[in-house]
Amino acid sequence: MKKICLTVVGMYFLFFHGFSQTHEQDSTAYKSKKLSLSEVSLVSSYYDQTADKSAVMGGDPGPKGIADVTDFANGLDIKFVGWDKQNRKNSLTAGLGIDYHTAASQAYVNYNGTAINYGTRIYPTLEWIRENESKGTTIGIGGYYSAEHNYYHSIGLNTSFSKKTHHNGEFGFKLTGYFDQIKMIYPSEFVVAPPAPKGTPDIRIDTLTTASGQVRYVQVDPSGNVVGSVPKTTIPSRPRDTYTASFSFSQVINTRLDASIQLDLVYQNGYLGLPFHRVYFNTPDSTYEKLPSTRVKLPIGLRINYFLGDNVILKGYYRFYVDSWGLNSQTASLEIPIKITAFFSLSPFYRFYLQNASRYFAPYKVHSVQDPYYTSNYALASFISHFFGMGFRMAPPKGIFVKSLNSMEIRYGHYTQNINLNANIISLNLNFK
Amino acid sequence: MKIKSFFKFLAAGCGCSFVVSCSTVKEYQKSRINDSEMTLANRKVEKTELSVESYREGSSGANGGKTGGGCGCN
Repeated sequence: MKKICLTVVGMYFLFFHGFSQTHEQDSTAYKSKKLSLSEVSLVSSYYDQTADKSAVMGGDPGPKGIADVTDFANGLDIKFVGWDKQNRKNSLTAGLGIDYHTAASQAYVNYNGTAINYGTRIYPTLEWIRENESKGTTIGIGGYYSAEHNYYHSIGLNTSFSKKTHHNGEFGFKLTGYFDQIKMIYPSEFVVAPPAPKGTPDIRIDTLTTASGQVRYVQVDPSGNVVGSVPKTTIPSRPRDTYTASFSFSQVINTRLDASIQLDLVYQNGYLGLPFHRVYFNTPDSTYEKLPSTRVKLPIGLRINYFLGDNVILKGYYRFYVDSWGLNSQTASLEIPIKITAFFSLSPFYRFYLQNASRYFAPYKVHSVQDPYYTSNYALASFISHFFGMGFRMAPPKGIFVKSLNSMEIRYGHYTQNINLNANIISLNLNFK
Repeated sequence: MKIKSFFKFLAAGCGCSFVVSCSTVKEYQKSRINDSEMTLANRKVEKTELSVESYREGSSGANGGKTGGGCGCN
């Protein structure tokens, strides 16, 4: 954690220093044929959550179901821009994200709460976009990689195309695929241990599942003392694929109003649950989550922005979502950026979310052993959430502290679900040009 | 019933798009439309919020965020 903090602070100072060497913009380099550094963006966020009824403990409302989380997320994007011989604009963006989290529920992958309760996620990205201004077209391709304690890897690929119309509109189409390999980390009580060593009838083997992706077997004597260990075992994995086709259309309606509509068609297959999510039946039995191996999602979203007067903007968003697991939801949000000056704005925001549960969800000790599928993950339950807060943005023409620090944005929000989940999130974005 | 209301919403959205696509705004009239706050997308500072919402809630997509991949079963 300390290393990650120091790395992030170091990155900030590096970019302050590096860009501070550029005193004047060279206008002759504006349309350079070669790719050159155009923009660097740093985003840091801190998330703090208190909750209970964790999915790891099958929605247990007691102290073992604690679901407190902290997350420190950092992302760096470096964008290069150039023009080719046909005067097409080429943008190459390389990104790197590093997150560090602690999760109280993760400790309960071991039934006695002794598994590792933290983890790190690293995710590089690469995106190339070619824009042809004369034709009004844009094409792009991108790649993504991520690795974390509970999956070996997630590889993402995407390709996109957009075309401007003659009436200030734009059609967009994007295909995305994510290919994950999930580690089959089961709750410790469900791991089948290897047999005890031959000739040692009094020694039994106990399992120790750690959420960092290790299954350890230890030799235990009749008194419960650990007397030896068994070599590490490689955890098997299962695939999970996600394919998304996104269609969008945006339109300038008048000098103050624009809007867009986006439809996503999502198909998932493979192992769609998480193997360390327990389920407690309405009998003394328990097991781990079982969900169908396919899921189709259909979200459609509408955005409308309106410039009210000279200093106030109304930004509205509505989404309707339905999927093949019987889950549906509605999301509505409103953000009102208020321009205090031309380069400084405050943006209060509010988001409302209403979800109806998946047919496969039931609370702690409610599922029947006859149910074909079962989960007690409250992300699939019925609930209402509210998210509200304030953003603060400044982008003075002469920069902030140094000319290259083009804009700075700080945003704080409080998130709450009516199932006893409360969270705070604060984010900072620095943009260097 | 849910699917029916979804397609009604979709049809209404498409209808609105066709109606409004007839209007014309000249480039010199776009000072407000081109304001950085008028972007029809989430800003970078909202990146972690989108991740949190997709992990804590059962639905995702149609907002520029991820629709799957990585941690969680979303």
